Amino acid sequence: MSLGNGSNHGLGRGLLLVLLATTWIARPAGAVDPAVLAAEQARVAVVSRVAPTVVAIFARGGRGGGSGVLITADGYALTNFHVTRGAGTFMKCGLNDGRLYDAVIVGNDPTGDVALIKLLGRDDFPHATLGNSDALRVGDWTFAMGNPFLLATDFHPTVTYGIVSGLHRYQYPAGTILEYTDCIQVDASINPGNSGGPLFSGTGLLVGINGRGSFEKRGRVNSGAGYAISINQIKLFMDHLRSGRIVDHATLGATVSTREDGAVVVDGILDASEAFRRGLRKGDEIVSLAGRPIRSVNQFKNILGIYPKGWKLPLVFRRDQVRTTALLRLRGLHRDSELTGTPKARPRPGSPRPKPRPGSPKRRPSRKAPTAKPPEKYKHLHVKKPGFANYYFNLQQQKRTLVGLARLGDFSGLAEKWVLAGKTVAGEPYQFTLGKSGAGLDWKDKAFFQPLDKGDPVDEPSGSGGLLYAVHQWKTFLVKREKGFGTFHYLGSEPLDGTGNRVDVMITELGNARCRWYFGQKDGQLLGFDFQREEDTDECELRFQGDVVRDGRHWPKTIQVSSAGRPIGVFRIESVQMKQETTR
Amino acid sequence: MRVRILVLFGLALLELTGPGAAVAQSIHSTIQRVQSRMVKVFGAGGIRRLHAYSTGFLVSPTGHVATVWSHVLDTDELTVVLADGRRISAKVLGAEPQLDLAVLQLKADGLELPAWNLASDSGDAGPGTRVLGFSNMFKVATGDEKVSVLHGVVATKAPLATRRGSFETAYEGTAFIVDAVTNNPGAGGGVLTTRGGRLLGMIGKELRNAETNTWVNYAVPISEIRKPIEEIIAGRYRARQREPEGVDEVARFRPLDFGLVLVPDVLFRTPAFVDRVQPGSAAARAGLQPDDLVLFVNGDLIQSCRVLKQRLGRLEAGGVLKLTVRRGDRLVPAELPVPAKSSTPSGEKSR
Repeated sequence: MSLGNGSNHGLGRGLLLVLLATTWIARPAGAVDPAVLAAEQARVAVVSRVAPTVVAIFARGGRGGGSGVLITADGYALTNFHVTRGAGTFMKCGLNDGRLYDAVIVGNDPTGDVALIKLLGRDDFPHATLGNSDALRVGDWTFAMGNPFLLATDFHPTVTYGIVSGLHRYQYPAGTILEYTDCIQVDASINPGNSGGPLFSGTGLLVGINGRGSFEKRGRVNSGAGYAISINQIKLFMDHLRSGRIVDHATLGATVSTREDGAVVVDGILDASEAFRRGLRKGDEIVSLAGRPIRSVNQFKNILGIYPKGWKLPLVFRRDQVRTTALLRLRGLHRDSELTGTPKARPRPGSPRPKPRPGSPKRRPSRKAPTAKPPEKYKHLHVKKPGFANYYFNLQQQKRTLVGLARLGDFSGLAEKWVLAGKTVAGEPYQFTLGKSGAGLDWKDKAFFQPLDKGDPVDEPSGSGGLLYAVHQWKTFLVKREKGFGTFHYLGSEPLDGTGNRVDVMITELGNARCRWYFGQKDGQLLGFDFQREEDTDECELRFQGDVVRDGRHWPKTIQVSSAGRPIGVFRIESVQMKQETTR
Repeated sequence: MRVRILVLFGLALLELTGPGAAVAQSIHSTIQRVQSRMVKVFGAGGIRRLHAYSTGFLVSPTGHVATVWSHVLDTDELTVVLADGRRISAKVLGAEPQLDLAVLQLKADGLELPAWNLASDSGDAGPGTRVLGFSNMFKVATGDEKVSVLHGVVATKAPLATRRGSFETAYEGTAFIVDAVTNNPGAGGGVLTTRGGRLLGMIGKELRNAETNTWVNYAVPISEIRKPIEEIIAGRYRARQREPEGVDEVARFRPLDFGLVLVPDVLFRTPAFVDRVQPGSAAARAGLQPDDLVLFVNGDLIQSCRVLKQRLGRLEAGGVLKLTVRRGDRLVPAELPVPAKSSTPSGEKSR
């Protein structure tokens, strides 16, 4: 409290003096200010409450380790990717109850340096409460907890205490694809071994995952600047991580730089990107992204960096005084091989000073994960599949999500022929005929056709993004499920159409055709899907409304179709005919 | 009677808000107020682990910036980024190398910036005082991002010179020593304040003890630099005279006496690279070239510019200077005659 800046008002000053005198007299010499004691008690209480949630992670075979934090009662825990990368699929985790638990990898985010693991053997793990990292202010007190230098052989976490030194910091990739965007800078000591451990707010809410520091000349120890990945970024990725996948971050398909006048402008753009198709060009000024105004290149990277690949974000850009708003689906930042292979730096503009980061005490964990045998009891909890950290967890999420599909009724065997007919809301009669060798649509006095026995999906009706093939994919999804597609997996979650409620997303692929199926997270209802004929083409977007039961099966009342931001039509389903498969 | 009621009222107020809440309130506003008066300085460097950035603080609303005197300022292209993100060119208005102090002038008219009033905003503090350190250490902040804040305690206030010998520093006066890691790359020119936002000192350069490989975190008290800052701004400052040379630091010859210009001596141990060779000089005749690294003088290993200067200082007139330099992958010997006497007055410190 600053007394020097007190009121100039005579009475106020007098009051202050009297107050000071009162406290002075009331306290014997040498006694500690009760406020200090109270603050100490509060700290002690917070530490003892959250310490049981802090995990000491050890690679199997004792090759290095790091820290983590439990976030659910059934054992899900967050840590750094650069901790799990060297630890293999199964690891050992110590809690401050002195016990060692087995844990298995769930999902990896190599770019964001986050990994989700699951501790095994209990369903009542103590776990941290997730806070809101955007509510932090510079100067707020924080606790960093973990196992620096792997000191805690009894698994009692080390606690360091400091203030938030900076917010929304951007830390360039340091010789790898790891990139810290929108991160929290603290002066609490972050040292090797702290990696993956929690940053708690002064009240004990989980606000970040510690993972990096600025070290230059003083060796790999705290030098006053530690960085934590914000928990709000991790929340956006949480369902993606639970999918068991190796997840990717996003790019707009455009690079930006700062103009002389401080404006952030596009200095390069991919012709194939959706941003380009929606009109973004070199030289355009970026006004805002995801609703946040853009004032620097770092800020642009910060905002983009916290979102998963595939999410839709609103972008506002300006050219010749004209503002344009576009809802864009974000491209992946990396090729799959970059994510699953050895993390390498990708070429980037400028030549930022590389910053080493605290890792496991071992300086460079070898790429080859330890080959120690998984524990017999838990070995079924890991399923290998390319592109996945652990496909077992994807299977669990598929099972959960597809409950919503089962509730629609039994469509099995109904592959022969579907006829859906009715009128659009504009009053135009239509009829979809979905056969085995082709799909047709009669609408607006025209006939559209999509052959199915050979050839690629076509954009019929033209400009719809391929509505005919999309409807055929819907039929396949309902009738054949995973048997109808080459690729079939759970992706994670996203806000429907960029701004709606969070929906679970299933991915199907057949040849180049790709669908994203949206299920309500609360009720599991199939809300619609987006169909893409091939990469870098505009999607055909179908949204289901209403629920009508016909012959024990649930159908949407209407299907709203749009593509490239333009409405195509709203189709009322008034009659449905289906024919049982006869051959085979 | 009136006083007692007021006291009761005051106590009730304390009860309601609590001292913690009051402090929390003030710390955020303190930080915002201080950050608005801080600037990021970008200049020379960027090679051989030399950072090209430092920190400064506004000491006049019209754009005077106090900062640390360093190699970063050794350029015509000096840029200052204000807390609101504005980028403005700047020039060095004046400097006092003995205090590690420089004052910059922003090249812009009509500025009305939030600035420190050194007379009314600064204060003093003793050991145990809780303090905040503000700087753009590690260049973490760019554009309108605010400089970093650290918290700590004043460990002592003592002359840096007591550590002379183990810590090589230009500034030898009294300094605040703090327990926070305030003196990082680029942090020089930042400020140390009380938690109430009273200005205590300017964060100095990084300072390492060569023997123990430990680093000291310190700030130069405002009371030491306030007058020079004000005089530089007023245009009537004269740099301090150096103290007389010590017996062990004879400097009979300088590199220039042989036609050698070394790279700026800005590191604790700057490698003795030749920056330029004066045409027609003894060095030129001996075939020395820019970017040669001086490794040996008369058979003795040369670790730094400083050591080279010391060795040259001790040469005797009329002798021979035998050099070994590294040029690319080769070691090249060279012999230069030592002139009869130095062109500079004897006894002048060579650095």
